[in-house]
Amino acid sequence: MIEVKDLYKSFGKLEVLKGITETIQDQEVVCVIGPSGSGKSTFLRCLTLLEQPTSGTIIVDGVEITDEKNDVNKIRENMGMVFQRFNLFPHMNVLDNITLAPIKVKGMDKAKAEAIAMELLKKVGLVEKAQAHPDNLSGGQQQRVAIARALAMNPDIMLFDEPTSALDPEMVGEVLNVIRDLAKEGMTMVIVTHEMGFAREVADRVLFIDGGKVLEQGTPQELFGNPQQERTKNFLAKVL
Amino acid sequence: MPRLWEGAGITIKITAIAVCVGMIIGMVMALSKLSHIWPLRIISNIYIECLRGTPLYVQILLFHFGIPGLVNSMDGMSGFHFDVMTTAIVVCSLNSGAYIAEIFRSGIQSIDRGQMEAARSLGMTHTKAMQYIILPQAVKRVIPPLCNEFIVLLKDTSLLAVIGVTEIMKTGQIYITTTYAPFPAYIGVACVYLILTFTISRVVNYIEVKWNMSSK
Repeated sequence: MIEVKDLYKSFGKLEVLKGITETIQDQEVVCVIGPSGSGKSTFLRCLTLLEQPTSGTIIVDGVEITDEKNDVNKIRENMGMVFQRFNLFPHMNVLDNITLAPIKVKGMDKAKAEAIAMELLKKVGLVEKAQAHPDNLSGGQQQRVAIARALAMNPDIMLFDEPTSALDPEMVGEVLNVIRDLAKEGMTMVIVTHEMGFAREVADRVLFIDGGKVLEQGTPQELFGNPQQERTKNFLAKVL
Repeated sequence: MPRLWEGAGITIKITAIAVCVGMIIGMVMALSKLSHIWPLRIISNIYIECLRGTPLYVQILLFHFGIPGLVNSMDGMSGFHFDVMTTAIVVCSLNSGAYIAEIFRSGIQSIDRGQMEAARSLGMTHTKAMQYIILPQAVKRVIPPLCNEFIVLLKDTSLLAVIGVTEIMKTGQIYITTTYAPFPAYIGVACVYLILTFTISRVVNYIEVKWNMSSK
């Protein structure tokens, strides 16, 4: 469970998050939508402390991660992050990309880590690419490897930061399928996305963020079918 | 001119040791400069600015004559001095360390921020992320500027002739004092430098191509 209280974040004088309070339950799939620059990516990055909140608290499974006394690395082991631009390690092949963290962070032995990696590659449909280098993969394939890499740490929570925004349209489906499977397995997920159809389908709850605040939230049926706020209506009218 | 080749041996020895030591100093200073710990940043900044901001020629004289002069005047004794090879290696290492630090720093900073973020998001500490993700990529990128620094340093060791290190330049000068023939001496000196620098750039080029192929 993730509990966010009064989350504020400023970059210099620019206040990006203006007080977000939100609770994400175990096994819940939450999609975050909103216009560019609304703060939705910053919100997601704060959850894994890639951005240090200016104020507010974030509690993940009972541990206050915003408390500096707690080990941020331990916390991150339990939260997988998938980036818009994949961020695979270009100097390693696919298998090494996936096994590096389990071996170096968890101290897992190589054979076991590789067995797990191959299982995950099977899951994302890329077993035959285990020895390939990231440069030689398509965007969709790279993103699927990135998901496998995050899953290799066996996290309880997965965070996705616009996972399909950097992809060619024909590659979007294959990545969304993988995320859809994770949702079915009951993974707790927070997904920042512009794919409204996908959000409507997989989300248990949708947050509409604008101007650094959660303006409206609800089930996909509520938010897409019957938005209450004028701003939400305008946004949805443009993107749907 | 067989002596020129003996001089070349000394030039190569000084340059090779100075580059190796300089790389260690450079890595430590580059990481210090990028550190969150401010005293480390200050120390590395002072080191880099001082050694890049003063001529190698002055550094050689200051170290070889200035420091022993000061020590001897303070304790009232005379006789403390540095061996010329000690001066050569210490000064060249410190000097190249400053330039290599900047090469490493820019190499590290040229790696996309997302790489560090991806590594950290997997639970790696900053140190592990540097070790396994950032530095292996940065090292490849700095090979060309590092090669350049190697060549610059090799040529700059000619300044050591002033304190009497019998490297290439000094052997040429000795040749002139016995033959009074400056042209063949200096053209010979120039040719030896050219052969050495050309060889270095070819070898590094070869390594670079090999390395790039192996990473694919």
